Amino acid sequence: MPRLVQALRSARTPLLLLALGLLVSGCGINTIPTLDEQAKAKWSDVQNQYQRRADLIPNLVATVKGYATQEREVLTQVTEARAKATQVKVDASTVTDPSKFKEYQDAQNALTGALGRLLVTVERYPDLKSNQNFLALQSQLEGTENRIAVARRDYIEAVRAYNTELKTVPGVFWASTLYRSYKPMETFTASPETQRPPTVKF
Amino acid sequence: MTGLVAALCILAVVTLAYGLTFPPLTGRVVDEAGILDPATREALEHKLADFEAKTTDQFVVVTLKSLQGTSIEDYGYQLGRHWGIGQKDKSNGVLLIVAPNERKVRVEVGYGLEGDLTDAVSKLIIENAILPRFKANDYAGGIARGVDDIIQVLTVNPEEWKQRAKQRSDHRAPSVDVIIFALLLFVFFYVWRRILWHSRAYPPGLRRGGWSGGGGSSGSSWSGSGGGGFSGGGGSFGGGGASGSW
Repeated sequence: MPRLVQALRSARTPLLLLALGLLVSGCGINTIPTLDEQAKAKWSDVQNQYQRRADLIPNLVATVKGYATQEREVLTQVTEARAKATQVKVDASTVTDPSKFKEYQDAQNALTGALGRLLVTVERYPDLKSNQNFLALQSQLEGTENRIAVARRDYIEAVRAYNTELKTVPGVFWASTLYRSYKPMETFTASPETQRPPTVKF
Repeated sequence: MTGLVAALCILAVVTLAYGLTFPPLTGRVVDEAGILDPATREALEHKLADFEAKTTDQFVVVTLKSLQGTSIEDYGYQLGRHWGIGQKDKSNGVLLIVAPNERKVRVEVGYGLEGDLTDAVSKLIIENAILPRFKANDYAGGIARGVDDIIQVLTVNPEEWKQRAKQRSDHRAPSVDVIIFALLLFVFFYVWRRILWHSRAYPPGLRRGGWSGGGGSSGSSWSGSGGGGFSGGGGSFGGGGASGSW
């Protein structure tokens, strides 16, 4: 029996380390960074989908231009809104900046609006509506809008989990000690039309 | 009693979170709306099982009684995620969703197949193969033709299957938990060895103590489809595909 005691004594430091490790990981020391990474990954999804939409637009504009020459104004609006939307960049490190985030959201919403107007005017051009190239672009745009909606919702959910962790026990202890640099993230203000994927009617 | 209350609370939270209910995944053809005759269902089941055997892609046909007030796009990706159609590491799942009461149809494409079964291709299949038959009230014909076309798109070039490496990664950084767990394991075994070393007086049989470490919950995420049953492999969806209505 004394041998066992001696054994335990000699292994005291590692044992202490073990206990401390268990204690600390049991208290959710990893939760904040994990949720932070998840939310950032979701944010890059959102950005990818918005980028994908921006990439589709020049092609769309070119196709529409060929049929609807007199719709110059609407086309210019779309092009300008796209230019503005691609200028405002919010990467993973600035999702905690409210003004930057709002700028991004506003720019993308403006583009959504301009696109919507363009697609309404397209209604007047039956030739365009039956153009194969346009039909393909139309389905891609629909798909992208839908992906944007999904990505946004996933991001909102991830940020909700992350922000909640920052404000509730035990996360709040870690946030105020070890993880002081972790700030709450901004999220999309869900206006009624963003609750569900926008239906793009042609 | 408290256990029951807790369970109810969890249930309530889960229902609130989803807001939608999903039919159980009873096979590769889930005919909730009851618009398919047994022979068609059988034929489809076979075709879809063969397709999965050949490509590992999981393809499920589902008809719904109701979209529960949401859009088919919204319902579709959540259903795909709920069932986890597609292999986990590839997210190569496809759903053909028919909601006869809302007159909506959708091809829902998992992340991993978005590059092959694109939105434009899905739309084309819906417009050309499915909708004309649905308009003539031929649900079985439209679904069968749509399934054939989708399978054709995904198997046109078998060589491509091997090349298909452009799976979308989940962007998830390697978990810190794993590292810490490994570290703890190391420390633990170190301690264990130290104890064994010092208690050499004990017979070897006792020393081993019948304790076998490791085991742990490996968090097996692949719900195997053993015993002929069918279950989703854990694939995910991000809103790819196309919809149509008639």
